Amino acid sequence: MSAPDFLVHGATDNVGVVVVETVQAGNQLTGWIMDSDETITIQALDDIPLGHKVALRALQVDDTVIKYGHDIGKVVALTEAGGHLHVQNCKTKRW
Amino acid sequence: MSQYNFWGYRRENGRVGIRNHVLLLPLDDLSNAACEAVSNNIKGTLAIPHAYGRLQFGADLDLHFRTLIGTGANPNVAAVVVIGIEPGWTQRVVDGIAETGKPVAGFSIEQNGDIATIAAASYKAKEFLQAASEKQREQCDISELWISVKCGESDTTSGLGANPTVGNLIDKLDPLGATTCFGETSELTGAEQVCKTRAATPEAGEKFIDTWQAYMDEVIEPHKTSDLSDSQPTKGNIEGGLTTIEEKAFGNLEKIGKKTSYIDVLEPAEAPGKGAGLYFMDTSSAAAECVTLQAAAGFVVHLFPTGQGNVIGNPIEPVIKLTANPRTVRTMGEHVDVDVSGILRREMDFDGAGDALIDMTLRTCNGRLTAAEALGHREFVLTKLYRSA
Repeated sequence: MSAPDFLVHGATDNVGVVVVETVQAGNQLTGWIMDSDETITIQALDDIPLGHKVALRALQVDDTVIKYGHDIGKVVALTEAGGHLHVQNCKTKRW
Repeated sequence: MSQYNFWGYRRENGRVGIRNHVLLLPLDDLSNAACEAVSNNIKGTLAIPHAYGRLQFGADLDLHFRTLIGTGANPNVAAVVVIGIEPGWTQRVVDGIAETGKPVAGFSIEQNGDIATIAAASYKAKEFLQAASEKQREQCDISELWISVKCGESDTTSGLGANPTVGNLIDKLDPLGATTCFGETSELTGAEQVCKTRAATPEAGEKFIDTWQAYMDEVIEPHKTSDLSDSQPTKGNIEGGLTTIEEKAFGNLEKIGKKTSYIDVLEPAEAPGKGAGLYFMDTSSAAAECVTLQAAAGFVVHLFPTGQGNVIGNPIEPVIKLTANPRTVRTMGEHVDVDVSGILRREMDFDGAGDALIDMTLRTCNGRLTAAEALGHREFVLTKLYRSA
């Protein structure tokens, strides 16, 4: 396949990581799930910088964000599939 | 010998180094000027100034001596001139380094003054440098190589590409008898229970979790003024897309590979004592502090994955940088030794990236200067446990 727009570590993850510098709201993105070698697509709702996360499904407040197949924090603001998930809508469960 | 070998310097105690430094090692902050003057007099020697060494006590003083002695004892160092303000503690460092059998001499400033001390130390440094310059490299097996790892200015590309590349190298070299070390106690927070399961024995796993818990109880809890969201992840981490300490921790843990388990847990700057294998060391997650402690434990080459572009080096332990972030490759390419950004484009797999890192590691061991060495990065930063008396 051609170079993906985002990568996903594990099949159970609910976020992916944008790996190109050009993602804008409305773009159709192609993603590669590394563990299962599957290809998925999603429409970006926001401009998302390189290295930042895209929600793969709608995430409600207090949902757990899963990456690497593990709990990496909680959702603190509703995020639709294709939305930019970062410090504005996700927070650590530690500290 | 295995398929992987390199040309190193065999020291008096049998350990193998990949550099041949003659060090001017200050016991304390007051002796930095004399060490720098000697290194200016004797070209090719290396002074490593630092901020501490006065009025320390207890475990903090023990760590100071362990770090200085370990730095001098590191096999990348051929010989050492120690300069201190007074002879007592100076001699303690000299005696510690002398256990390796390498040439070491101490000079103290009180009753002599800087100028006479610099003159006497310069004669000795010249003698050591000329002797070291005749030392020849010999062929050594990968099982004689001690490799440390620590990442910095991480972003999400670190967990996707650069850190698993280091992990691939560890998984390949661990069965061949390499001695390796990871650290960063605070940056395993969120992944600490998974890290515990990566221990080779229940004892090592318990020792790890006790070390992590002690850090939380003794450092974080008494000193925090709010949560640590502004420090862990760092501003650079957040710019790079890392949102939480848990996310950072799972990316961090990718560095130890998929198969390798750690056999013991080390105190800061403690030399491994259980033979070949992977070790966890209790360290700060600040890059220069961590690498300084690993070098003091005897590790001779460091693998440093970065995302946003940490520029760290170390005076005695070459630091090899790798990144998977294509923007960092483009904007800070002079700091990058191994570009694994092809992983993100699916042009490179982890096996290929790990082989490229092994190749660069062996070339560095053979004498190739790292980007950090060429750029003059010599961050020697001592870890201080608490205020001095």
